[in-house]
Amino acid sequence: MTAKLRIDDVQKSFGGKHDRKVVLNHVSLDVGEHEVVCLIGASGSGKSTLLRCINLLEPIDDGAIFLDGVDISEPGLDADPIRRRIGMVFQSYNLFPHMSVLENITLAPTKVLRHDTAEARDAALELLSRFSLADKAAAYPDQLSGGQQQRVAIVRALAMKPELMLLDEVTAALDPVLVGEVLNVIREMRTEGMTMVLATHEMGFAREISDQVCFLKDGVVLESAPPDQLFTSPSHPETAEFLERVIASGRL
Amino acid sequence: MTDHDEGADNVSAPSRVPGQLTRREQWLRRRRRRSATVALASTALTFGIVIAVVTSSSGWPKVKSLFFDPARFKDDFPELLGYLWVDVKLFLQCAPLIVIWGMVIALCRNTRNPVLFPLRVFAAVYTDFFRGVPVILTIYLIGFGIPKLKLIEGDFHFLGFGGAWNSPYLWGPIALVLAYSAYVAEVFRAGIESVHESQRAGARSLGLSQSQTLRHVVLPQAVRRVIPPLMNDFLSLQKDVALLSILGIVEVFRRATSIKDKTFNFTPLVAAAVIFLVLTIPETRLVDWYTNRQRKRTGGTVIS
Repeated sequence: MTAKLRIDDVQKSFGGKHDRKVVLNHVSLDVGEHEVVCLIGASGSGKSTLLRCINLLEPIDDGAIFLDGVDISEPGLDADPIRRRIGMVFQSYNLFPHMSVLENITLAPTKVLRHDTAEARDAALELLSRFSLADKAAAYPDQLSGGQQQRVAIVRALAMKPELMLLDEVTAALDPVLVGEVLNVIREMRTEGMTMVLATHEMGFAREISDQVCFLKDGVVLESAPPDQLFTSPSHPETAEFLERVIASGRL
Repeated sequence: MTDHDEGADNVSAPSRVPGQLTRREQWLRRRRRRSATVALASTALTFGIVIAVVTSSSGWPKVKSLFFDPARFKDDFPELLGYLWVDVKLFLQCAPLIVIWGMVIALCRNTRNPVLFPLRVFAAVYTDFFRGVPVILTIYLIGFGIPKLKLIEGDFHFLGFGGAWNSPYLWGPIALVLAYSAYVAEVFRAGIESVHESQRAGARSLGLSQSQTLRHVVLPQAVRRVIPPLMNDFLSLQKDVALLSILGIVEVFRRATSIKDKTFNFTPLVAAAVIFLVLTIPETRLVDWYTNRQRKRTGGTVIS
């Protein structure tokens, strides 16, 4: 069976000729259908960049990214139809402040998928009520709490019925109480069988939700294993050291 | 028990007696009253000094009769008011064209498509040129120069407008539109660039194309953000309409100067200044009202 998403020897660096910084160094990763993969690692380890590369927001330097066996990283390919199939949620929500919650959600279905307004509206309201946000449909993003904004951002991505969801440290800007409500939404997506790649600092959650955990350091996937294995008996000393530091800071 | 604990006991209970102000509210009210009193007193004092200095100067009686002749003001003001409509009409004709043309130039400067590179160069040269040349020169050169070319003779009719092709009433406003569009384009460009990259990332990740992102996500935010500075430019346009008088268009300023030339008294110019103020002050209030409404509508806390 081919993987839903296959990352094959991807390389990516930023900067000019003289101060090149390698952010992804020969990264390979397979994500099966309905699988949830968590990327963990310190800030700057390349987690976010990897997600942005998958969504073609950043071009890669070398290697390839396959979605359903098709190379989506081929230079010159039209990125828009591919992005439609991949939902992405950002750490800072990236909601459109000039639009109401409902308009945020219906924008892409109406403009990109050309659904008619009433249909998109009904679908959006249904999604909102599923995530207990129905009363916020007319509100503007600035009037919502961080947790509500992030849930709206998730709903906005879900409204495109993506085959794959990329979640980039979606709880990093939230306080512990709000983190809970966003994690619940992710749990629900998991029960519905959504294929997901998450970059996260919530180790407990990563352990609970993922089928596979990848530890990244300096752009290299040092270890990739099922959560129970990676969190209890990491095979790489660097992973062990990272987890110890996380435990010491009380985050696990 | 330490001193610290006792101190904490004193302030811990925010006693709220119904119908009475709390300690904090009383303090805030005292402070507000004091600021108002100080502001009033210092304003009165400043104006008092200015008036005293001006009226005690040796030339004041002469200036008073030359510039502030009440009888002349009473005569000239209504007459000048009759020409107000000319200024307003010129403004209303120019403003929408400036918005459209300014936006076109701003979008040209923002294109990334290599095919459209000549447009980018054009827009850059355009803004440099028209921002660099004094508006009054642009009006002279275009307003007098182009009709002299006699490219087309006769009259034009377009969307209810009409007139002679070589009339200053056509080329004057066009000169103003060309000059002001350069400024407005820069304001729009600043607005477009002020929209954070994450907004584009959010839109593109949903599958919106580059132009859809620009149209639905970037431009609405950019335009809203630049409305106050744009209004500033339009305020200045409302006044610069008076520059068209050099082409022979008779409006408030032109009429005021011709009265002055006849009577050797500057009071009509003061009256013209008052008329421009009557026109522009409501416009500034409108901007304030709009900005406040916008802020309330999209929520968020206001830091006073």
